[in-house]
Amino acid sequence: MFSRVVSAWLQVQVPGVPEHRITNIFKPLATPAASERTAAYLVLAITAVIFVVVAGLIVYTMVRFRRRPGESALQEPPQVYGSNQIEAAWTVIPILIVFVLIGVSARVIAAIQNASPPAQTLKVQLVGHQWWWEVRYPDYNLVTANEIHVPVSPDGRRATYLQLTSADVIHSFWLPQLAGKTDLIPNRINYTWIDPREPGVYVGNCAEYCGTQHANMLLRVIAQPQPEFLAWITEQQKPAREDPQAGDAKAVFSSLSCVSCHMIRGTSAVGKFGPDLTHLMSRQTLAAGVLPNTRENLRAWVNDPQQPKPGCFMPSMKLTGPQLNQVVSYLESLQ
Amino acid sequence: MATIDYPLQRPQAGPAEFSFSESLYKWVATVDHKRLGLMYITSALFFFLVAGIMATVMRLQLMVPNNHLVGPDTFNRLFTMHGTSMVFLVGMPMVAGFSNYLVPLMIGARDMAFPRLNAFGFWIFLLGGLLLYYSYLGGGGLSGVGSAPDVGWFAYAPLTESGFSRGHASDYWALGVLVSGLGSVASAINVIATTFSMRCPGMTLRRMPVFVWVMLIDSWLIVVALPPLSAAQIMLELDRYLGANFFNTQNGGSAVLWQHYFWIFGHPEVYILIFPAFAILSEVIPIFSRKPLFGRSAMVAAVIAIGFISLGVWAHHMFAVGMTSWSNTFFAASSMLVGIPTGIKIFNWTATMYGGKLRFATPLLFCCGFLLQFLVAGLTGIMLAVAPFDWQLHDSYFVVAHFHFTLIGGLLFGLFAGMYYWFPKASGKLLSDKLGKWHFWLFCIGFNMTFIPLHFLGMLGMPRRIYTYAPGRGWELWNFIGTLGVLFQAAGILFFLYNLLYSALRGQPATDDPWDGWTLEWATSSPPPEYNFEKLPVVRSSRPLWDLKHPQDPDWKWDSA
Amino acid sequence: MSEAHIVAQNALTMEREWKLPDRGTVGIVFLIITESVLFSMFVIAYLIYTGKSLTGPYPKDVLELPILASICLLSSSGTIVFAEHALKHNQIGKFKLWWVATILLGLYFLWATGAEWHKLIYQDHLTISTNLFGTTFYSLVGLHASHVIVGLTFLSIVFIVTLLGFPIQTQLRRVLFLSWYWHFVDAVWVVVFTVVYIIGR
Repeated sequence: MFSRVVSAWLQVQVPGVPEHRITNIFKPLATPAASERTAAYLVLAITAVIFVVVAGLIVYTMVRFRRRPGESALQEPPQVYGSNQIEAAWTVIPILIVFVLIGVSARVIAAIQNASPPAQTLKVQLVGHQWWWEVRYPDYNLVTANEIHVPVSPDGRRATYLQLTSADVIHSFWLPQLAGKTDLIPNRINYTWIDPREPGVYVGNCAEYCGTQHANMLLRVIAQPQPEFLAWITEQQKPAREDPQAGDAKAVFSSLSCVSCHMIRGTSAVGKFGPDLTHLMSRQTLAAGVLPNTRENLRAWVNDPQQPKPGCFMPSMKLTGPQLNQVVSYLESLQ
Repeated sequence: MATIDYPLQRPQAGPAEFSFSESLYKWVATVDHKRLGLMYITSALFFFLVAGIMATVMRLQLMVPNNHLVGPDTFNRLFTMHGTSMVFLVGMPMVAGFSNYLVPLMIGARDMAFPRLNAFGFWIFLLGGLLLYYSYLGGGGLSGVGSAPDVGWFAYAPLTESGFSRGHASDYWALGVLVSGLGSVASAINVIATTFSMRCPGMTLRRMPVFVWVMLIDSWLIVVALPPLSAAQIMLELDRYLGANFFNTQNGGSAVLWQHYFWIFGHPEVYILIFPAFAILSEVIPIFSRKPLFGRSAMVAAVIAIGFISLGVWAHHMFAVGMTSWSNTFFAASSMLVGIPTGIKIFNWTATMYGGKLRFATPLLFCCGFLLQFLVAGLTGIMLAVAPFDWQLHDSYFVVAHFHFTLIGGLLFGLFAGMYYWFPKASGKLLSDKLGKWHFWLFCIGFNMTFIPLHFLGMLGMPRRIYTYAPGRGWELWNFIGTLGVLFQAAGILFFLYNLLYSALRGQPATDDPWDGWTLEWATSSPPPEYNFEKLPVVRSSRPLWDLKHPQDPDWKWDSA
Repeated sequence: MSEAHIVAQNALTMEREWKLPDRGTVGIVFLIITESVLFSMFVIAYLIYTGKSLTGPYPKDVLELPILASICLLSSSGTIVFAEHALKHNQIGKFKLWWVATILLGLYFLWATGAEWHKLIYQDHLTISTNLFGTTFYSLVGLHASHVIVGLTFLSIVFIVTLLGFPIQTQLRRVLFLSWYWHFVDAVWVVVFTVVYIIGR
């Protein structure tokens, strides 16, 4: 029932595909997140025991040694200064616990960071921008934005390796059910990897404060079986759809300064400042996850981006009604 | 209650007959450590209220998804100013205020080593604070862009570079904090010189109260840890104004360098902030348990160990930055190690209470709150030290919950304990214990109601510093509960403020030694005269007043040093 | 613990002289410690960014060893020692001579630094914003030079009040602290020289 509500709100374009919106780190759906959960369970167990023991002692002490009414205030209890044995014990035991935790951490860190790529590995380059994601598939000569399609890996034999960097400030890639977070830092390349076990849409947020609209820099990773993934790639590689009926609309669009920020392959729009729009309508959301990709939302967005995402770098072009209609209908043709 | 009136007690002077301008002059031009200490604490409380209101607004905005109470710019400024104020304009002056007021009294000195430097430190701290807040008016710059800083309290580059942070907002952040930091260093050098050079005869270093020891090591940390921040801020200003390239990634600079420098300061800073609570607990718990601090030497050794180790853990704030697995492992290890001496202290405080005769006046209540809450905070800290777990929890609400547990559940509770404990000494009036208990319970319930749910939000993937969130992420319930807790906290604070004002004006008069204390500050009147002591007791152990009150069973007989 | 075991040292503590370190000494030592950490941060930045500039000019192309300036500055540590020695023995005339020598040597150092910067900026077109070398060079050398200026200011104040008749020998302790600060500035120069002109080239 819950997923129905969510789907209705979001109007997910791929019906029947689950959307992982409750991003519980304890429900991993990929290997890195699973290793992290193992480490997490261990440390949670140890700290839970410590908490029960120590808090229990504290509360017991508070209750047992309360001054009882009627006790003379002048009678001081025995003035104990310390105890070498007890203090040694409660120093050594924590040291041992810490050594165990250090060992576990070292192993899991190495397992995740120094993992060798499995046989079939997809390379994705992610470039962070204020406040959207540039997604590049170097092996397929493809550039798109905001939604990352990857092949699903039910047996863990297929992974996606991501190379992360930024064009401006520091961002962070975080899909809790897939992997811990890794930062996107300008002038630096970081690496992470995921191998989603289940198909579906994984939702995440940028996890490093990057300015005004940090809250609305959402991530979507869409894991698909390999054939569908390849089909998607093929579709995306095509240049922009030439819709004979949208001819006028395209002319209006090309005359506006949208073309200086956005790229639509095969047209005169070659801008690199904003997201690639070549196959805009193949995406589920607009504005990096802020709005579901519907006609009304597209229109509202183009009309005044500052409404849903105040402070973002796309200005309102102050288009007239007819201009707006033309632009929107052209954009809608970009399947 | 076995209070002892000193034969040395002088009759209190009547209300001072000074004109308003004379009174003002006495406060503005004072170099007396007691006045300056009170000025530090009062300023800190003022900024605490301001920053607390900011937090309230943030919690109201986050109470429900897609809320429109404040826009993103305002929210981003709120969390920046809230964090910056709480750390630099509340925490640091509390360190300075408590150490300046109490250290000379506890070591039997007449004042600090450098009284004029003391005054300088206070006023420059205040100047820095006002400079930071002036950004609301002056941050616009020529282009009218900008206002208060909105870059987060740790102001990561390159977001703070002039290309991404227009107007003067970030400059006010850098300069305000830089200037304030000068005051902290001045105060720290003063405490070190006072502790080494001004102890009364018989007060060897080993006999100093643990409070003084903790503040001494705190001051060492300030002297060593503040310069990296100042250096980074100077570099940032050079970048912003002279086009330097320290953090300019377009010309080869490194964004990660800022993080290293900031956290080389930032991690010791959080220990600098918590140490006053450690110091206060080490004095309050023994008195209200009627037993000496369990394992004094170990407690001092633990604080020294924490001081040293804390200088080597900073990159645990940077586990997501892409360091090598060796670096990540090293910092995970050192971060877990620093938890050991910290944990030991909790055991020692509990052992002090064990076998004692606990008197649950308000100071002890706050100490008990500290013990349980700081235990939780320390354990979530261990969780964060395990780097793979941190890769999920970093920059999420789990971290927010962790550090609020240490800073509110730990530091603030400790400070409240100290304020209730020493208010009679400073003012000559007792704070109402009844109102104190209302304060404690309301605040304790509210604090836990707000911050326990935040752990769950982190584990459900909610990142920090977002001004709103979409529904359907599983975050609504915990955010709502978290905001409810604010009501109780606010109520608790109101009780506290009312208690302060009422007691200062019409509280029950306090004797020299209302709590039956054992350290030197109780060997003089409440409030102390300007020269502090008319006659000092003989100091032959760490509890000179215990020795005086129990001549048949003095501490020095047991060679407890 | 035996009750009869009374520790004798407690009685002695009260009878022996209660000697504590001088607070001024502690103050200046910790000031030097905190300043050392500050300088270290700029030195570390210099070392990290060595060889990382994206464009020229590069250190080996434009840096010349400031031998004379360094000799002067380091000698000024010597002259200040002689000045102190004279002051301890109440030889005010000698004190004034060695003191002004210290100031003059320091002033020459500043002038030489300024000349070097002039050449770098106008001839070699190296400014703080040019590249990482420019950034780290000017900030580190500049931080040091600013401390030289502060030192010279205080040295001059001492000189002027002495000239005007103030009995400076009554402030021997404070003059000593000032000389420690000056030695610190010189020691920092040794580090800066090594890092910038030897390692960094």
